[in-house]
Amino acid sequence: MQLDAKIPGGPLTEKWDRHRFELKLVNPANKRKFNIIVVGTGLAGGSAAATLAELGYDVKNFCIQDSPRRAHSIAAQGGINAAKNYPNDGDSIWRLFYDTVKGGDFRAREANVCRLAQLSTNIIDHCVAQGVPFARDYGGLLANRSFGGAQVSRTFYARGQTGQQLLLGAYSSLSRQIAAGKVTMFPRREMLELVVINGQARGIVVRNLVTGEMERHEAHAVVLCTGGYGNVFFLSTNAMASNVTASYRAYKKGAFFANPCFTQIHPTCIPVHGDYQSKLTLMSESLRNDGRVWVPKTPGDKRPPHQIPEAERDYYLENKYPSFGNLVPRDVASRNAKEQCDMGKGVGETALAVYLDFEDAIKRDGRDVIEKKYGNLFQMYEKITADDPYQTPMMIYPAVHYTMGGLWVDYNLMSTIPGLFVLGEANFSDHGANRLGASALMQGLADGYFVVPYTIGGYISGTTPEDVTTDHPAFKEASQQAEIRTRKLLSVKGKRTVDDFHKELGHIMWEYCGMARNNEGLDKAKTMIRSLREEFWENVLVPGGGKAFNQSLERAGRVADFLEFGELMLTDALARQESCGGHFNEAYQTEENEARRDDENFCHVAAWEWAGDDKAPVFHKEPLVFEHVKLTQRSYK
Amino acid sequence: MTKTINITLKVWRQFGPDVKGRLETYQAKNISTDMSFLEMLDVINEQLTLEGKDPIAFDHDCREGICGMCGSVVNGRAHGPEKGTTLCQLHMRHFSDGDTVVIEPWRSRAFKIIKDLVVDRSAFDQIIQAGGYVSVNAGGAPDGNAVPISQENAEKAMDAAACIGCGACVASCPNASAMLFVSAKVSQLALLPQGKPEAAERALAMVRKMDDLGFGNCTNETECEADCPKEISIVNIARLNREYLKAGFLSSVI
Ligand SMILES: Cc1cc2nc3c(=O)[nH]c(=O)nc-3n(C[C@H](O)[C@H](O)[C@H](O)COP(=O)(O)OP(=O)(O)OC[C@H]3O[C@@H](n4cnc5c(N)ncnc54)[C@H](O)[C@@H]3O)c2cc1C
Ligand code: FES
Repeated sequence: MQLDAKIPGGPLTEKWDRHRFELKLVNPANKRKFNIIVVGTGLAGGSAAATLAELGYDVKNFCIQDSPRRAHSIAAQGGINAAKNYPNDGDSIWRLFYDTVKGGDFRAREANVCRLAQLSTNIIDHCVAQGVPFARDYGGLLANRSFGGAQVSRTFYARGQTGQQLLLGAYSSLSRQIAAGKVTMFPRREMLELVVINGQARGIVVRNLVTGEMERHEAHAVVLCTGGYGNVFFLSTNAMASNVTASYRAYKKGAFFANPCFTQIHPTCIPVHGDYQSKLTLMSESLRNDGRVWVPKTPGDKRPPHQIPEAERDYYLENKYPSFGNLVPRDVASRNAKEQCDMGKGVGETALAVYLDFEDAIKRDGRDVIEKKYGNLFQMYEKITADDPYQTPMMIYPAVHYTMGGLWVDYNLMSTIPGLFVLGEANFSDHGANRLGASALMQGLADGYFVVPYTIGGYISGTTPEDVTTDHPAFKEASQQAEIRTRKLLSVKGKRTVDDFHKELGHIMWEYCGMARNNEGLDKAKTMIRSLREEFWENVLVPGGGKAFNQSLERAGRVADFLEFGELMLTDALARQESCGGHFNEAYQTEENEARRDDENFCHVAAWEWAGDDKAPVFHKEPLVFEHVKLTQRSYK
Repeated sequence: MTKTINITLKVWRQFGPDVKGRLETYQAKNISTDMSFLEMLDVINEQLTLEGKDPIAFDHDCREGICGMCGSVVNGRAHGPEKGTTLCQLHMRHFSDGDTVVIEPWRSRAFKIIKDLVVDRSAFDQIIQAGGYVSVNAGGAPDGNAVPISQENAEKAMDAAACIGCGACVASCPNASAMLFVSAKVSQLALLPQGKPEAAERALAMVRKMDDLGFGNCTNETECEADCPKEISIVNIARLNREYLKAGFLSSVI
């Protein structure tokens, strides 16, 4: 199959306008005859469901949590980018576009990224109109801060709770449509199967997490906004319920999975402290605006930080990257932290940490100013570690944070299954091999508020879907499959808990498919995962029954999918014999230990097609063509 | 410094909404004081699972104090003893060796128990649906800087908007009132120019909905403020009362 990204013709900056004009429209009176399923209520799903309903479609919206307001997007801290250029510091749509393509190490599609940069400004306007309380300057205008990978200040924020405020904005619009009867909300539901009829996505099967019943829902199009798969590593900054299940089941029904090995390891997280640990906590990248990263110059120096004199500290990011300093992109910052710790210069009990120090910033700006900017982050840090970052530097270490890979989509955000759209972190589209800070919120909202409302109309007006009901054999089959799988998980009655398997999987992925990878390790990890998967199905212990509220069963299903999906990540990592962004294969690095791309052979999107259980997935290639950005070795020096 | 403690847990176990529940006792041994409260429950649940018993059901997701999914009454306090802290952010270093810790679900007529510590808080969603929004569609909004908003108002709006909708205010209120929750949303939007046009209607509709759903009245007990993990101030309730009176007045003269 030839992958067609359906990128519209014409000059780059006019493509979206032109495409919107060329897309066929659905007659307003007809829209209510079309049902659309939106899975997920994060920034992508919440905004899409609300906007599609505003346009007149009949929407069914699903989420795992007890309320749509609790999607994982709520946890985003630092901010959202937009090329408003309010600070007059040289920003523009073009610069945001360029920074994003470069930050992604030239592995994203130019046309998508350009559209994203163009829409970024509309997002801010809409969110302000919804009543999102963004931070303001003294004059009452919107405030900005800087984020990694950029030399301009274009990040809008609401204290350290930007995701929360943007999500509550989307949730409020969604609530309005629920009240209007245009959206029917189904919380505490988990999508377990996609239903494809005549090659088109026509519905889903979900498990009602309260009663355990399998429920069937039909629609004219399905929009997946189910977030990222970082929890394949067990420990990550993602919420506990974040999963790959919805995407993976769609993959098994024919949706291609793109660049699964592109994962982002965030440089500033609270270090791991015990094996009972259930998740990792991010300390927003915005802290790198004012915090200075350092380690002792001498390996093994165990003195407390304030006893280490200035001359014996290595501010390694500032020294190595004078022009970006502490604000280098995430992949670069993370790899450097690892490198310092590998050299024995790590700090803290485990020596797997570096300092993030606010002493100078507090001296310069005063505690008040710092508190206003980061108060809640400092408080969170103190709650977890019992250390006060106003007094002593934070200790931080990289942790899994975001997944750039996801289901392959074309310019319309449609997957390889007609009628299946994928938005937000669940798709692969805009961040290439490394996402810049404050760009995920932007992408999720651009997809949901401004892209899919148009492109779904183009799809619907261009097809004449037959009438189907949930009695269709395809629905029966899908719901049986989900049922059988659930029963199978419960019937193993082995000796190891689900979490125990999940932790082991996480260790394998972190060790061999984490910040640095090599072919030998990737091969080894494949064998390890296979035998772990085998053991899982012979020895997992899932208590309770299927027709009831059963959190162990929920987790078991997700881990079962992670155990298969992890292997796909390894396969993808092995196929990409270069380093780029978050994918760092030790065999391919520059003399300065930066990622060395191979543009001749790997300037493409790798899209994987499921070929059957125990069969190697089929590789497809979407070549990336760069007409506007020159491919260079990224440099932040 | 890390150390370990042994504590006795008394946990509310209830298999479903319509069956009787009771407190069960469990021993939590060798609990690291660096663990979070929910990690401690994870450890107990792993043990129960291996012993062939039913693990304790509790809601949680972000474990960062922001999603509002977690929450139980711990030793009589919603989210436990630490001020301004969600249950997931509460750490075991705040407990001592030998302590007995009683863990119960939120109790309120409007929040039905689903299982053990898990309750149904959909009533909160219904209150927001009654008016907790600005009626704008995507597309066509004016430039974000078209209307300046004083920093003071933006900060106050943000203070109110920090509510995570966990339900602790209801659980801690002797009347099981949802006034703090309602007032936080009404205040946020009333403080911003974008929310003004619908302010009166919003206050009336949300309070009416709250009453319909079986939440109690506010009699100024201030327990909600004391237990709110985001330290939402009862100043918001005063603001809601003002908005409500204004709205009532307006609707009676028209
Ligand atoms: C701690 C943290 C901080 C961050 N900070 C920032 C930041 O400052 N700026 C930035 O730009 N980005 C940030 N990010 C990244 C950003 O928050 C996410 O990428 C983004 O919010 C994802 O949004 P989403 O809508 O795609 O998915 P999510 O918000 O993850 O939503 C997924 C939705 O899908 C539902 N769902 C999932 N699986 C299923 C299923 N099988 N069945 C039914 N429903 C399902 C869930 O219930 C949920 O409603 C941060 C991420 C983390 C972890
Ligand atoms: S789990 Fe999200 S607030 Fe506690």
